[in-house]
Amino acid sequence: MAVVMEKPGTTETAEPPAPVKRERKVGRGMLVAGILVGWLVLFAVLRGKQTLTLAAADLTDLHRWFNDANDSIGANRNSNPLFLYFFNEIRLVIDNLVTFFQGLISQPAADRPLPQIGWLGVVGIAGYVSWAVGNWRVALLAVAGFTFMGLQGLWQESMDTLALTVSAVLVALLFAIPLGVWAGLSDRFNRIVTPFLDFMQTMPTFVYLAPLTLFFLIGGASATIATVIYAAPPAIRITAHAIRSVPETTAEAADSLGATRRQSLLKVLLPMSKRTVVMGVNQSIMAALAMVTIAALIDAPGLGKTVVQALQSLDVGTAFNAGLAIVIMAIVLDRVTTAASAREETARRSSGRFVVWRRPLLAAGGVVTAVLVYLSHTYVWAAEFPGEGTTGSSIARAADTATTWAQDHLSGLTNAFRDGITNGLLNPFQALLTDSPWWLVGAVLVALGTVLGGRGAGVTAAVCVGLLVGTGMWSDSMTTLASTLVATIMVMLLGIGFGVWMGRSLLVDRVLRPSLDAAQVMPPFVYLVPFLALFGATRFTAIVAAVVYAAPVAIKIIADGVRNVAATTVEAATSTGCNTWQIITKVQLPMARSALTLATNQGLIYVLSMVVVGGLVGAGALGYDVVAGFSQGQLYGKGLAAGLAIVLLGVMFDRITQAAARRASA
Amino acid sequence: MARQARQWRVGAAGVAVLGLALTACGGAKVGEDSAGSGSGDSASCGTFNLAVNPWVGYEADAAVVAHVAEHDLGCKVTKKDLKEEIAWQGFGTGEVDTVLENWGHDDLKKKYITQQKTAVEAGPTGNKGLIGWYVPPWLAKAHPDITDWKNLNKYAANFKTSESDGKGQLLDGDPSYVTNDEALVKNLKLNFKVVYAGSETALIQAFRKAEKNKEWVIGYFYEPQWFLSEVPLVKVNLPAYKAGCDADAAKVACDYPVYDLDKIVSAKFAKSGSPAYNLVKNFSWTNEDQNVVAKYIAVDKMSPEAAAKKWVDANRAKVDAWIK
Repeated sequence: MAVVMEKPGTTETAEPPAPVKRERKVGRGMLVAGILVGWLVLFAVLRGKQTLTLAAADLTDLHRWFNDANDSIGANRNSNPLFLYFFNEIRLVIDNLVTFFQGLISQPAADRPLPQIGWLGVVGIAGYVSWAVGNWRVALLAVAGFTFMGLQGLWQESMDTLALTVSAVLVALLFAIPLGVWAGLSDRFNRIVTPFLDFMQTMPTFVYLAPLTLFFLIGGASATIATVIYAAPPAIRITAHAIRSVPETTAEAADSLGATRRQSLLKVLLPMSKRTVVMGVNQSIMAALAMVTIAALIDAPGLGKTVVQALQSLDVGTAFNAGLAIVIMAIVLDRVTTAASAREETARRSSGRFVVWRRPLLAAGGVVTAVLVYLSHTYVWAAEFPGEGTTGSSIARAADTATTWAQDHLSGLTNAFRDGITNGLLNPFQALLTDSPWWLVGAVLVALGTVLGGRGAGVTAAVCVGLLVGTGMWSDSMTTLASTLVATIMVMLLGIGFGVWMGRSLLVDRVLRPSLDAAQVMPPFVYLVPFLALFGATRFTAIVAAVVYAAPVAIKIIADGVRNVAATTVEAATSTGCNTWQIITKVQLPMARSALTLATNQGLIYVLSMVVVGGLVGAGALGYDVVAGFSQGQLYGKGLAAGLAIVLLGVMFDRITQAAARRASA
Repeated sequence: MARQARQWRVGAAGVAVLGLALTACGGAKVGEDSAGSGSGDSASCGTFNLAVNPWVGYEADAAVVAHVAEHDLGCKVTKKDLKEEIAWQGFGTGEVDTVLENWGHDDLKKKYITQQKTAVEAGPTGNKGLIGWYVPPWLAKAHPDITDWKNLNKYAANFKTSESDGKGQLLDGDPSYVTNDEALVKNLKLNFKVVYAGSETALIQAFRKAEKNKEWVIGYFYEPQWFLSEVPLVKVNLPAYKAGCDADAAKVACDYPVYDLDKIVSAKFAKSGSPAYNLVKNFSWTNEDQNVVAKYIAVDKMSPEAAAKKWVDANRAKVDAWIK
């Protein structure tokens, strides 16, 4: 969360030859404008023709084929050796892992009515480990955070969530680090694995949730695997990136000293990239926590269940209380892992004296923790969190009051705002996309991709357009695309506004950052209930939900970019008499251009990952198709196709914006 | 170095003393008092896996059945929170024994009862399920003729929203629910567009807001549902249902049938001879009964367990009939 997810760019794409480049530079803006004008003219002529619309209940052959495949897997489950000897074994191993952690901290274990380690022990371990890998400040934060979850009356639920998160992250890292190292060492493997990672990150979880329970049954194993699928890619990407960013000279020095491949990996590359790899662990944990509520739909225990159940009766207060516990857990784990990665750096530089002092202190802390664990294992007062969770009920009441107030007092204002955006921006844009013939929109996308990102991006766009038509979801894809682009524009406006503010002032950064973190991990439905009351079940509500989720990422990236503009440059500008506005628009933003393109890229991807949530609050189109596929057997294939369409949109825009970003920084 | 070692020894000793002191003043030990509280003979019943589908009415059914199974039959009840599709899928994998409130779902019945033979029916729950189009009470009072579908076109313009392309908006909810609304709008020649809210939460919020701010909303809803005790929505009469009038999904032009909600169990569970199976088979109550328990949970914010206990204590005779 503190560091944004960086996608290692494929740097080997050939740049266009020099003369062509000069020519393009002159006319890129003109070309884009020309394409758009051409589109508008043709739209006026061809409106409503060949739009490939498909009604809500209609299916194509591909959708039916997906249905049949799904059914036959279900029917043959008990006789298929693949199930008996492969999936069942995996399930057993993972189930045991989850049960082990649950028995340790959350669920009654063996012959005891309580878990092995009670609250006091867990708080002790959390504090001790945070101190050992990080520093005393994050240790205090960890102790305070965990105690607060107990005070909220959510100790057991929080521990269930923690157990599941820890199991999922362990399994994810078990695969992610070796694969990441491989992808870091081999360009070829990196090229092969990248599309799979894109797929794992953008394919909506709803699509594979039901099949997962078919493969791994209902319960801990399926929930863990669903989480692993989503949590492993960031760790793989970041590990690969870490290995790649070890300076060439260092690696060469090791080679020239006669180190074998294995030696140079273990003694040079891995130790030198440790700091970044820890950030991969951090991102993996955050992704795992984002899955808490979705996993609750297949009976995963923990805080997600509390949220989902409270929302059935629209009990926003209770849902908010549980959501807050998720946020706190995320902030604690984020700060601890961030401190741990910073520590890798300081520890390497610090002198021996420090190490001498550290050992006895660590040992003493270890003894204290052991005593706390023993106490919490033996005595009820240290095992069961005392009190009735009254803090939790007050939080719930306060949240209820706040939502009611907002619903009563703001709805007049919000309706006007909604109608303004919907009629002024969204509807015309959506009409342009959905009512143009498919080949016209496709041609425009390919042309824009080529102009902005080069020939490679153009080819990717062409392939994606072709496949989108193949999924049979063209029209719905265009509806979703319109909302997605409007949301991304809003994300970028917020991103630039707040990002510049945060980038220019450390104080603002400190104050805003926790709310940004909260917006990223708070389960969307908690804040969507009041939004629904304000904006109704509309596309606009879906856009707002996506903006709340995606804006923090863009803000953080832009803030980092602005801060990284060299201080001397800013000083030079000040001394020549520039005012603040000029410094921002003429110096800081242009110099942070690559951060801006990265923010656009990530903003778009995060907005796309909210398409399904949007479907739950009135966005219709692809999001609704995915949800419907999850809920109704005969629509399963259509839901899967809609999920694929979301992936294709994601890949297409990711490649175009990345290629554009490389050009911008070149 | 020596001084440091000494300090460390002192520190360790201090910690040990602290630990001992804490141990001495201890208190109740884990597991000490739990010996007597375990609930008797669970041998005859064993584990009872009960799927809980995500709506409050179902939760009320599940809470009461689980309460009775635990306290009267000594079963170990495992509730599993699942959507319908996944719950039914669980019959085959042996992870789910019972679905307590099934709304029609002929497609699932065909797949799991007829084809895979992993599930069997276990009779009606006694609840009648109504599906249809509803308007908020203020609207029905202000324009009483709106409850006849023939007058809907007259009011279509009032139902316009930013989502409905200039037509009236008919709001649909969670895609899991049985719906013919697109076909109905077309075949009854109504100037409406079906807009998919996508979730029950969104739908309830829309009706709640409409009643409060006197807004025009018409949408899909169903009963028994706890929300009706908060805002008593009024059902719009569509052309009456006649057997077979919904046979061709594309040509439907009649109201939804009244569903006899029923119970489904896994084939294995039905043969197991478990007392929990008998309980499920005999379980039957009225819409009013379910509404009471659902109101305890959703409006009074009681835990499902507490709500079930309150109802069971007040309705012992009904419960006894299920477990004889």
